[in-house]
Parts: sequence; structure tokens; C-alpha cells
Amino acid sequence: MKVLVAVKRVVDYNVKVRVKADNSGVDLANVKMSMNPFCEIAVEEAVRLKEKGVATEIVVVSIGPTTAQEQLRTALALGADRAILVESADELTSLAVAKLLKAVVDKEQPQLVILGKQAIDSDNNQTGQMLAALSGYAQGTFASKVEVSGDSVNVTREIDAGAQTVSLKLPAIVTTDLRLNEPRYASLPNIMKAKKKPLETLTPDALGVSTSSTNKTLKVEAPAARSAGIKVKSVAELVEKLKNEAKVI
Amino acid sequence: MTILVIAEHENGAIAPATLNTVAAAAKIGGDIHVLVAGQNVAAVGEAAAKIAGVAKVLVADNAAYAHQLPENVAPLVGELAANYSHVLAAATSNGKNILPRVAAQLDVDQISEIISVESADTFKRPIYAGNAIATVQSSASVKVITVRATGFDAVAAEGGSASVEAVAAAHDAGKSSFVNEELAKSDRPELTAAKIVVSGGRGMQNGDNFKHLYALADKLGAAVGASRAAVDAGFVPNDMQVGQTGKIVAPQLYIAVGISGAIQHLAGMKDSKVIVAINKDEEAPIFQVADYGLVADLFEAVPELEKLV
Repeated sequence: MKVLVAVKRVVDYNVKVRVKADNSGVDLANVKMSMNPFCEIAVEEAVRLKEKGVATEIVVVSIGPTTAQEQLRTALALGADRAILVESADELTSLAVAKLLKAVVDKEQPQLVILGKQAIDSDNNQTGQMLAALSGYAQGTFASKVEVSGDSVNVTREIDAGAQTVSLKLPAIVTTDLRLNEPRYASLPNIMKAKKKPLETLTPDALGVSTSSTNKTLKVEAPAARSAGIKVKSVAELVEKLKNEAKVI
Repeated sequence: MTILVIAEHENGAIAPATLNTVAAAAKIGGDIHVLVAGQNVAAVGEAAAKIAGVAKVLVADNAAYAHQLPENVAPLVGELAANYSHVLAAATSNGKNILPRVAAQLDVDQISEIISVESADTFKRPIYAGNAIATVQSSASVKVITVRATGFDAVAAEGGSASVEAVAAAHDAGKSSFVNEELAKSDRPELTAAKIVVSGGRGMQNGDNFKHLYALADKLGAAVGASRAAVDAGFVPNDMQVGQTGKIVAPQLYIAVGISGAIQHLAGMKDSKVIVAINKDEEAPIFQVADYGLVADLFEAVPELEKLV
């Protein structure tokens, strides 16, 4: 079974971003960039499926700038077999990304597509669901467990009230949640080997996909700051303040 | 302009987040219709008709819509959407699951987790874990939007008298089926609806120590949450996670215990009215957003707090 994994290059998890002075966006100049954490979990799940003998080939794809090759090489070092970069310098919406991924799905015909549930920059939580709609596939979002058996996959999903398990016919789309697995680190020999694995570059034009959008970002601002309050010296003082000053208990 | 709100419901009752979503629809302006999709949901439809400000309730009662499978519900919503200017759902696990599928069907971009309505086509939403707020304008013929409940004060659940109409359309894609559900059992209030939330972080050291927080929460009538670090460490289940990728809460009182205050956690709770932080590290970033900070060993402070409240 062929598995396609989509990964996104985003600002590193530990970076505290700043809004640009002209309110046109956030300042990403000289900021550390990494693979989106949920995408790392997606790559790890695919590698585990290959180790179990369920997956035979892992193709990793990213939609983004030339520099997204770094994240694709990371995925190759973690165990993906080959990579595809759909190169676009523009900031694309989730729908545009889903359309490009649909074109790659048409080309590659994977049985399972694994994506992160959400990118930590745009915080949209849309792409997997949109790809499922465009492909006409079933979707198992926010997955904490994935079990392939025959021509279907059982996905246990993190939902607000607990966990839900659904059975999906393959091919299907899975988006990852935190507890699905704990991603491994790439070993140095594997990082070296990854440099020789194939990486194909495509463009939206070559895939025949329009990336126009119905959304326009007018401005980006810093959130209203919350000022620090006071330190209390004891639990008794805390309770007194909560009762008489804040009046919340 | 007519707005369709997808009702969130469980066990035959309207979920509170639906009332916040209707409030967002009221800010946009125009007639508000509510769709109740599910199986044996006539009573939910009746309850939806009583929500203040709702003009019409559409009830799609069909076995295919049980468990809100997105492969079946999204085509229903997509078909109805042609008659509306906006389609809104709460940014719950269910709304997040279904609505992007609807947007893709309609070939429009979705706007996720709005926290304010600037005009009928312009909305504000947090990005980068709430470290920036984007103002986004949509030119889509049907605007597809999920609503962050904490951004809007709920409308009254009673007082309306909407008409109720049955929707016959049955969509069964036959691609997915429900297997089972394991719901967290708790007598405590639901995390996103609680007036008081007590949350624990890595400082709790293990899952067993959360008993101190449960005892405090029960005394206060509070819900119990956790930071991602506590969930990652396996102390507690993911449905307790408060933060960028977990639940967003804005209670009257939020008590953070043994939580350092990573930006990803602050994203989920910094709109709380009053924040209390208890942490033995006086340099912990959580103190920068706390109204009341107590530098103390939580294993001494929490039991004492429980006695005094």
C-alpha cells in the first residue's frame, strides 16, 4: 500500500513571533523554521505502517517555497522513500493547498493520505478535510490511533467529549492529533542517506491548479496584552482576594 | 441575507456552543436559520426553535446523519448552503470536522475560529497560537465560518419561536461508519462551559496527583483541564487539554497549577476573566498573565486552598 504524507514548513514551535510594524503579517525574517509538529507525527505514523509491513512506499509532499526542501529531506531521513515539492512562493490558503494535494493524489494514487490536523502558523485546521472532500474520500480527523485492515482503516479520533472510532473505506484521509505517536529523531547515517533519495519539483501551473482565493487578509495585529497582576504571599491572602477583590468565588 | 447555523447537539440536547454561534450570526445580521442533522432529533429541533433570534429550524432526521459522519453531513450542508449568505458552525471537534469539507465542496475558502465580526464579510481570528490577530475579508458567495465560542456571549436558549421544517434530503456516501465512542465520564461541568477551571501541568508530576485538583474543583464546582505537557506526559487524557491545539476556555476564574505558561497554553486560556497561577518557579511565564500569582509548592498550596474556599 502506498502512503502519501503531506508536510508543511512553519515557524518553529519555540519561536515567539512578532507582528510587523506595518501590520502586513508576522515577521519571519531570520526566524527558525521547522516541520509543523503535527506533520512530524504524520511522517512517524507512515514510517510505523511501513515497519509493520502495511505500507510499501511512503511519498512525502510539501507545498511551499524552495526552502521547504529542508523539511522534505527531514522526512526522507525519518524514513520516507521519495519526495515531491510543489513550489510556490505565495502564501496559499488551505483550499489552494488541498487542490494541489488533490492533483498529487490523482497522480500518485495512494491508499492512505496522512496530514497534520493543523499547522501552527495559520491555525486553520482545514486542509485534510478539504482534500477528503475534493477527492471524494472518507476522513478520519484528529487521529489518536490508526489501524489498517484489508480495504478499510479504523481511526480513533480525539473528540471534545472523549474518543470516537470510525471505520473508513480505503482510500482515505487521516489527520493526526498529538497522542497518535511520539516522533523519532533522524539518525546521522539516515540524514546522509536522505540526501540521495529522489526529490521531484512541480509547480501549480504544471499541475493545472489555480491557487486563487476568496479570502483576503486585511491586516495582522498584536493581540491586546494582558498585564501581570500581583503576587500574593499566602493561600489565605489568595482566597481573600478572590472573594473580596475579584469576587469570583 | 440569511445565515445558516449548524446546530451542535448531543444526547438529544443543544450544546451550549450553538448559542455562541447564533450570537455570532446575530452580529452579522439578517435572518438566522438553524440546521439540526441527526437521527431521532425531533426534540432537538423543538429546542432549537426556542433559541432567541432564530427564524427557522431545518430538521434533517436520517440514520445517515447519526454520529455526524462528515462524509454524509457535509453534502447535506453543501446542498442547503446555496440558499444562504453564510454558513456557521461552532469550532468544536465536530464543527472543525465537517465545515472545511463543506467549504471545499462549495469551492470557497473557510474562515476558521472567528473571535469577532467586523462586518458581514470581515472577521477577526487568531493565528500563531493567538500571538497575532488577523482581520480577514471574504469575497465568497457563501461565507463558510467556524466560530470560537469564547468570542461571543451566548444568546438565550429560550424565548424564540421559530418555525420547524423537515429536510427530506438523505445523503449516505457509504464510505464511513461509526464503530464506537468512549466518552469521558465526569460529574464536573464541561470544560468549555465551566465558570471556574482548575488546570494542572507538568508540575503535577503524575496522573495520580491530579486528585488534588479534582478535590479542589469539586469544592468550587469547577472543571479540570491540563496543559499539553501534562497530556503529552500521559498524566491525563487529551480531552482535558487546554491550549492552541486543545480546548479554548474563557471562564470567570482560571487556576493554573504547576503550569509554566508556554505560549501554546496561554492561547487556550488568556481570555479568562481572572487568572490565578500557583507555581514554585517564580520566573515561570504564567505569572506574566496571572492576576494573582502564588509562588509555592503546589502540593502544599492546593490542599490548603481546598480547605479555605
